[in-house]
Amino acid sequence: MSNKQRIKVLVSVIGLDGHFTGAEVVSRFLMDAGMEVVYLGIYQTPEMIVSAAIQEHVDVIGISSHAANYEQINLLMDLMKKNNFNVPVMCGGSIPPQDAEVLIKKGVSKIFLPSSTSESIVNYIVSKVKR
Amino acid sequence: MVNSIVEKIVNGDVRVVAKLIRDIDDGAPGTREILKALYRHTGNAYIIGITGAPGVGKSTLVDQMIQGLRMDGKTVGVLAVDPTSPLSGGAILGDRVRMQRHSLDEGVFIRSLATRGQFGGLTQSTRSVIDVLDAMGKDYIIVETVGVGQDEIDIAKSAHTTVIVVVPGMGDNIQAIKAGIFEVGDIFVINKSDRPDALNTMNDLKAMIDITRRRFKKEGWEPSILMAEAAINKGIVELLNEIEMHRKNRKTLSRETIIRHKKAIARNELTDMIKIRLVEEVLNHITNSLEFKKHLDCIVDGTKDPYSACDELLSAKLNLE
Repeated sequence: MSNKQRIKVLVSVIGLDGHFTGAEVVSRFLMDAGMEVVYLGIYQTPEMIVSAAIQEHVDVIGISSHAANYEQINLLMDLMKKNNFNVPVMCGGSIPPQDAEVLIKKGVSKIFLPSSTSESIVNYIVSKVKR
Repeated sequence: MVNSIVEKIVNGDVRVVAKLIRDIDDGAPGTREILKALYRHTGNAYIIGITGAPGVGKSTLVDQMIQGLRMDGKTVGVLAVDPTSPLSGGAILGDRVRMQRHSLDEGVFIRSLATRGQFGGLTQSTRSVIDVLDAMGKDYIIVETVGVGQDEIDIAKSAHTTVIVVVPGMGDNIQAIKAGIFEVGDIFVINKSDRPDALNTMNDLKAMIDITRRRFKKEGWEPSILMAEAAINKGIVELLNEIEMHRKNRKTLSRETIIRHKKAIARNELTDMIKIRLVEEVLNHITNSLEFKKHLDCIVDGTKDPYSACDELLSAKLNLE
């Protein structure tokens, strides 16, 4: 039975951020690592992301952020708490250390900076999703 | 336990539905019992299949259809199938990108599924997942297949109305008269019809339907051809009307015809189910055996050919001659 299981990841860009390249590259190498990636695209509100994550029953959420719109990510974290939907949220992108610290305090499980390798991201997700 | 899950699904609990679909896909233990109990709550939804080659605009069309059905006050479940990578086993499920504006609408439930090695345009789990959305109380269930080539027609076995989406300029009349998906279409949509050659495509399809008219006439329905530009919501109302016509036509069929249809569907469903379990269990039984490993070694060191190995294994394990 267990050979049928796949790790399911939601990847999205949030708010008015339109930088989709990072999200698409990440989606692609997560697929290459054998994961199922629900890709939402750009201009997604926190509400849309949470709703999609619930309907798709994903194991982890990845938010790509290149537009300093951390308030949107904060809202996302609040909304997940409010909906009692507890899966790890990772963020990736050009996020300065002081902002990363705030996001981690807010409950974001990990920040991946532009220098991160694809292996480190894949390994992190695998370690986080105990199935 | 099973009863409370079933009750929650029938009451439309999105969380429970989402988890069950995941369990069905993963082959988690216990799902079969839930599906058994859920089955008597199914049979109320109208199932529409959307199929066609990659890039013809299936997801965009589905997005507009959701909008149209919602404006009519109908609830909608959507299953969007995308391909699993044969190399990694992973998948990028991107159909939601076109439909995300409905994500906050409580009358809409969208789920992406990966083919996971299944051929035929759907996933192995699709039928069960349709049952779940049906039991959940959705009025319409739209199933969008993976982008198909020519003979992936599984959708026609599950859908009440099969819509085939084509675009202008994808081949001449020979493509249109070939066997395959075109034979199972109830409605044809020529999407992106602002492109040149839309009329030629229309004529090719008309000719194809003409040739096979006698077979279609028996069922009292001649496939219709519609023009659409899904991206600008053109032709969607007409498509939904046509689907309604097809639905009404089904109701006018004679009792015998309806029973014959139902029997064919039940036969397909049951045969597929048996096939899947049979292959799974027999294959596990054989490949986990000691003899299997011995035969493998023999093939590798050249003392046996795979044909004899296959014969010997089957006759030893299944008593087949």
